[in-house]
Amino acid sequence: MGAWLQESLTWTNFAIFLAWSIVFLFIVLGFVTYAIYYERKVIGWMQGRIGPNRVGPFGLFQTVADILKLLIKEDTIPRKADRWLFILAPVITYVPAFAVLVTIPYTNSLYFTDLNVGLLYYGALSCISTIGIILGGWASNNKYSLLGGMRSAAQMISYEIPLVISVVGVIMVSGSLSLRTIVNGQGDAFWQWNFLPQIIGFVVFIIAAVSELNRTPFDLPEAESELVAGYHVEYSGFRFAFFMLAEYVYMFAIASLTTVLFLGGWHAPLPFLTFIPGVIWFILKFTFCVFFLFWLRATMPRIRVDQLMSFGWKVLLPLSLLNVFITAIYMELFIK
Amino acid sequence: MIRTEELLLNVGPQHPSTHGVFRIVVKLDGEVIKEATPVMGYLHRGTEKLAEDLNYTQIIPYTDRMDYVSAMTNNYVLVDAVEKMMQLEIPERAEFLRLIVMELQRLASHMVWWGTYLLDIGAMSPFLYAFRDREIIIDLFNELCGARLTYNYMRVGGVKWDAPTGWIDKVREFIPYMKKKLVEYDNLVSGNEIFLQRIIGVGKYDAQTAIDYGLSGANLRCTGVNWDLRKNEPYSIYDRFDFDVPLGTNGDCYDRYVIRMEEMRQTLRILEQAIEQFPKDGEIMGKVPRVIRPPAGEIYARIESPRGEIGAYIVSKGKAEPYRLKFRRPSFVNLQILPKLLVGETMTNLITILGGVDIVVGEVDC
Amino acid sequence: MSDEQEVKPDKPERKIMTPEEREAKVKAAAEARAARERAKAEAGGGDVPAPEAAADGAAGATPERKVLTDEEKEAKVKAAAEARAARAKAKEEAEAAAAEAAPKEPSHNQPRLDHAIAILKEKIAEDVVEESSINENNNHLPTLTIKNEHWYTCAELLKHDPEFQCDYLRNVSGADHETHMEVVYHMVSITTQHEYCIRVKTDRDQPSVDSVTPIWQTANWNEREIYDLLGIAFPGHPDLRRIMMSDDWVGHPLRKDYVPLDSEV
Repeated sequence: MGAWLQESLTWTNFAIFLAWSIVFLFIVLGFVTYAIYYERKVIGWMQGRIGPNRVGPFGLFQTVADILKLLIKEDTIPRKADRWLFILAPVITYVPAFAVLVTIPYTNSLYFTDLNVGLLYYGALSCISTIGIILGGWASNNKYSLLGGMRSAAQMISYEIPLVISVVGVIMVSGSLSLRTIVNGQGDAFWQWNFLPQIIGFVVFIIAAVSELNRTPFDLPEAESELVAGYHVEYSGFRFAFFMLAEYVYMFAIASLTTVLFLGGWHAPLPFLTFIPGVIWFILKFTFCVFFLFWLRATMPRIRVDQLMSFGWKVLLPLSLLNVFITAIYMELFIK
Repeated sequence: MIRTEELLLNVGPQHPSTHGVFRIVVKLDGEVIKEATPVMGYLHRGTEKLAEDLNYTQIIPYTDRMDYVSAMTNNYVLVDAVEKMMQLEIPERAEFLRLIVMELQRLASHMVWWGTYLLDIGAMSPFLYAFRDREIIIDLFNELCGARLTYNYMRVGGVKWDAPTGWIDKVREFIPYMKKKLVEYDNLVSGNEIFLQRIIGVGKYDAQTAIDYGLSGANLRCTGVNWDLRKNEPYSIYDRFDFDVPLGTNGDCYDRYVIRMEEMRQTLRILEQAIEQFPKDGEIMGKVPRVIRPPAGEIYARIESPRGEIGAYIVSKGKAEPYRLKFRRPSFVNLQILPKLLVGETMTNLITILGGVDIVVGEVDC
Repeated sequence: MSDEQEVKPDKPERKIMTPEEREAKVKAAAEARAARERAKAEAGGGDVPAPEAAADGAAGATPERKVLTDEEKEAKVKAAAEARAARAKAKEEAEAAAAEAAPKEPSHNQPRLDHAIAILKEKIAEDVVEESSINENNNHLPTLTIKNEHWYTCAELLKHDPEFQCDYLRNVSGADHETHMEVVYHMVSITTQHEYCIRVKTDRDQPSVDSVTPIWQTANWNEREIYDLLGIAFPGHPDLRRIMMSDDWVGHPLRKDYVPLDSEV
């Protein structure tokens, strides 16, 4: 992959890139489909239920059926909604979600681009989705969706900052913003991964990441018991599916990012396990991260808006800053 | 100080957390509530009006539909009122059956409350856990009287159906099971920091206010007022059993939560004793005239339902139908404090407080 | 239809019985039975109980109906009337006997009721209490009827006076008694556990009772409900609107003269 990326852009190369991105799109869509299935099954088991089991063997086609249903559903736009913004909002939410995936390296050789500002790119693009959510909330001309959109804006701003600052420690240790370099800085043993030396950063990152995903316990923008469905209350059919899709693609992105930044990417946890291919390790760690998110959803109640804000600004931000200082001091004292 | 434009928001009648068709019109400043006006009547079925044309036995199914989460206690308050008017003797076995089903119902009702409250607060699993265990009680009721929600079980003078063979044993087996489950509930939820942060100090009022607003049940006891009709004005055969009335001190949502959880444990205690003393055999219907015609007069009977004091005020003119029947519905009375509690709270706390009051809209509207 | 069941309609009338009373009653019942049997014999047929049952409105028994000739019918009606008269007499006798046998024992709450009346009379006005009684079936509940115009001051006294301390208003109900309207308050003192039932009468054309919402907040929605369903106005209420019915509803459903406007009902 890396070799191709260095070559000049010919029609052949373009076709190969296009083919790869289409393959990748389908992988991501497949992930979303089965992440939803997996989530419903996992939460079902945790709640003493069976989960979907009607469509296909073990209910494997349930999500496919759901997507099909969403596709053929009537597409409603409220009469008093801001029509163009209403249509635009899901697109704005979805495109960055997909675009951020480009920076993530899956193995040493399998990656789509090796941006030297990969992390920055991720942080910058993922913010754009917030605009889509606010737009959707605003354009729906519904009070609940407006409240949901506003909550989303407040939450994103408050948690984006600790999210980015929490990884500063990792960047300092590895000396690069490129995600590939960061993974390569971690070794083939779990104690060499970033999550142990950067434990504060790791915890802050996980919390802020869950919040970025708008998932329990930080699912305030769509808090169904308060705001009915939050920002997407007026959306139906495939427009709604796009919001849904964006959420799960972000889950893919965050799980990958966590794996890459803190869990050693494609590295094996113990030196003698290196014979297993890196992609398997990546998938395993990635799956664990996704499972962790589902697990949270099955066990946690929702946090309150004001508590969310004060937690973000008064706890997470100072902690992540502290992490930066500790890392700096450590590096100053021992590395130099 | 930045002021934003006020937002008038209709919460309900179709809203996932108003527990039915209940509506609150809130004036919001940002997410802070300036004013809240509850609007009800969407589920008003005119039970009291209907009752004026029905004889007493026919009214019993209507009481099921008031507080449909706790139908047994509703049954009881009506038959208790009529029995008191007519000075009827209830056979021992019927009294025990009534007490057992009422306490099981209290348990089932609190479980529904627990599950839905956690659902309001954003945790989904407890709801399913609670409903899984409630199902056992519902099955017990189903076996007893053939209905799962609206039982129509009690009659003036006794109960309609005797316990089938082995039913009492099933209840006996259920008690230790439920005890274990309560521990599980506590492990799952009661110590959760997010949950505690959400409910501690929210929706606070003092004893004086609670009494002034006529609150009852856990809503009153959370302020430390020792007022449980099972103890204070014993009805049925509650005076024969040993149980405690849990009391709070702060009068916030947390105290109400703790009290209800403890009440479930106390209910199990009562059930344990009741199963122990359950008479081997005996009548389930007392001697009752074929037509139930209470003498002219009036009565106000009240009992402790899971939600508080439920009462029936009956004016009889000596006919087979009540001249006037009024139910004192605990949900209706308890809800009155809501506008006072909501001022200055956030949208999120609205749901927490409303859930903490524990209403059933069928009962609010009657 | 067995005799025992026939006696049953008497049952509701019975008070708490002393052994003497019961004895008297049993005797009276036996007499009544005898009288009825006599009436039956006179009418000369097993058909008699049927119209009797119908006349009494006793449910459950399905009378055997035959095609009756006019004479038969006449005879039957006569017999039934006689039987009824006999029974009524027997009942009267029984009651008289019961009353003679044991004069009603005063309730244990009677002193409390008398005391309450005395206080109210002393502190408010001589004519404040219209009627008073003890509702024996209802845990010997002292029941007072307060004159409408004194109600608000009386309510204040009931709540704040150390003799009453009725701080907990448990229920407010309204009733339409066709001759007058009535609002009934059930209150209790949390500290002393003393209960009172207060009735306030108001006339039917312009029903109005002073609101006690400023005294007990409980009354707020209860009064709104009574206003909604019975049309009793509560001057002094902060927000007297309909609560159950929609705002444009015509009439007050629980009034006995209510005619539903909606043809579909």
